[in-house]
Amino acid sequence: MSDPQPPQNGVTLQVRGLRKSFDGREVLKGLDFEVQRGKVFVIMGPSGCGKSVLLKHLIGLEKPDAGEILIEGQSIETPGVRDHYRLALVFQSGALLNSLTVGENVGLYLSEHRLKPPAEITRIVSEKLELLDLKGQENRSPGELSGGMKKRVAIARALVIEPQLILYDEPTSELDPLSAVNIAKQILNLKNRIHVTSVVVTHERELAFGVADRIALMHEGRLLAIGTPAEIKQNSDPLIQQFLNADFNLK
Amino acid sequence: MFQNIGEMLVLFWRTLSAWPHLWRERRKVFEQLFEIVNASLLMACILAMFIGGVLSLQTGPVLAARGLSGSIGGLVGLSMCKELGPVMMAVLIAGRIGSAMAAEIGSMRVYQEIDALITMNINPIRYLVLPRLAAISVALPLLVIFAVLVGWMGGGIVANVNEKIAITYQTYFGNLRQVVDLGDVLNGLFKSFIFAVVIGVVSCHQGLQTIGGPRGIGRSVTKAVVNSIVLILILDYFLTRFLLYFEK
Repeated sequence: MSDPQPPQNGVTLQVRGLRKSFDGREVLKGLDFEVQRGKVFVIMGPSGCGKSVLLKHLIGLEKPDAGEILIEGQSIETPGVRDHYRLALVFQSGALLNSLTVGENVGLYLSEHRLKPPAEITRIVSEKLELLDLKGQENRSPGELSGGMKKRVAIARALVIEPQLILYDEPTSELDPLSAVNIAKQILNLKNRIHVTSVVVTHERELAFGVADRIALMHEGRLLAIGTPAEIKQNSDPLIQQFLNADFNLK
Repeated sequence: MFQNIGEMLVLFWRTLSAWPHLWRERRKVFEQLFEIVNASLLMACILAMFIGGVLSLQTGPVLAARGLSGSIGGLVGLSMCKELGPVMMAVLIAGRIGSAMAAEIGSMRVYQEIDALITMNINPIRYLVLPRLAAISVALPLLVIFAVLVGWMGGGIVANVNEKIAITYQTYFGNLRQVVDLGDVLNGLFKSFIFAVVIGVVSCHQGLQTIGGPRGIGRSVTKAVVNSIVLILILDYFLTRFLLYFEK
């Protein structure tokens, strides 16, 4: 029987005055927020409001025009900070490498950085896959997996990094309700088991209110409100109410 | 195309900087090498056989009419190893392998696989470009050796069988051995090595620059092949001028 994992500490994340434009069009218009250690912070908003662009800045795939991102009070642009803290992003599409098997995808970080011997990597990969109900899927190709399975493999790949900050880009989009609930459970499970700080970007209200400690509502590159799920529900801003109360009751 | 040359030089420099990691990436290099040779060897041999044949067919009767049929071996031999072998194989590989490299890396770019590598702190140049560039740099000269040998044979068969030329294999290969020396073969191999680097860098660069969906991938593939061929033909002239300085 393996030893229980020691609790890991998440990190604090602060975003200050973040701005970004593409071809003269401002996509992020000065964002400020803070995520506390070990909490789930959900950024919610309609499609195209800049959520995924924000996430790319947090992981370092984009550089801001102005503003800064701080992890534990240190700018991520400071040399060595990004290497010091372990960050992981679960892509909306999964972004699994199609040329590799599921097992190779999950163990890629460890094998490429030569952090563990091959036998140990195999064991860790099996353990992470089992954690996400994917036991025995190591040798399958990503092309053979369903959308929900791909997302769970992507989460397993992120877990191998033993992240202190995990970012989820639309983790339940294109999934059936059962798979979506399963992913949401995994997000909470990871928060409780390894105390990771989580940032979830989504446009799905049920997911947001189901997992969030705090929610930020984004609209056209600005944050309209930040608060607990209860505070957001009570917010009287018409745009927020319109977003929260939209339904299919058309007949 | 020319606006990208600076970016391609930067990519080439970064790939060279990752060179110390080549031994670590040897498995990927061998996989790529096998893929390139496996995909191209038969086609290269067929192409070379007919190029050698048509060289004999075009020049043989003219030389024979002037009593110079004994020189066909040298003519075909030199043309194949110094010019047609390297250039035709490079064009073939640009179409067959360069396009595949651009498409594979392009689709990895479009489907965020490269972003995933970056978030895992894995350098895409070391992971993707270095093994491909190393493999093609070895594979193209290897294919050229095969192509030159097969091209010489193709030329010999036509020179022997065609009734307007009708020289013996002994005469053909005797003249070839007299005219072609190791320096001529190395000349062609050096060219093919440079062409391989050009194909690898251009194709990987186009793949990494891909934006959009499947149309973007298609555009990258077309640009990779066209730019590679244009650069190969331009470079061929300057390389030939450069190499002529070393000949006696």
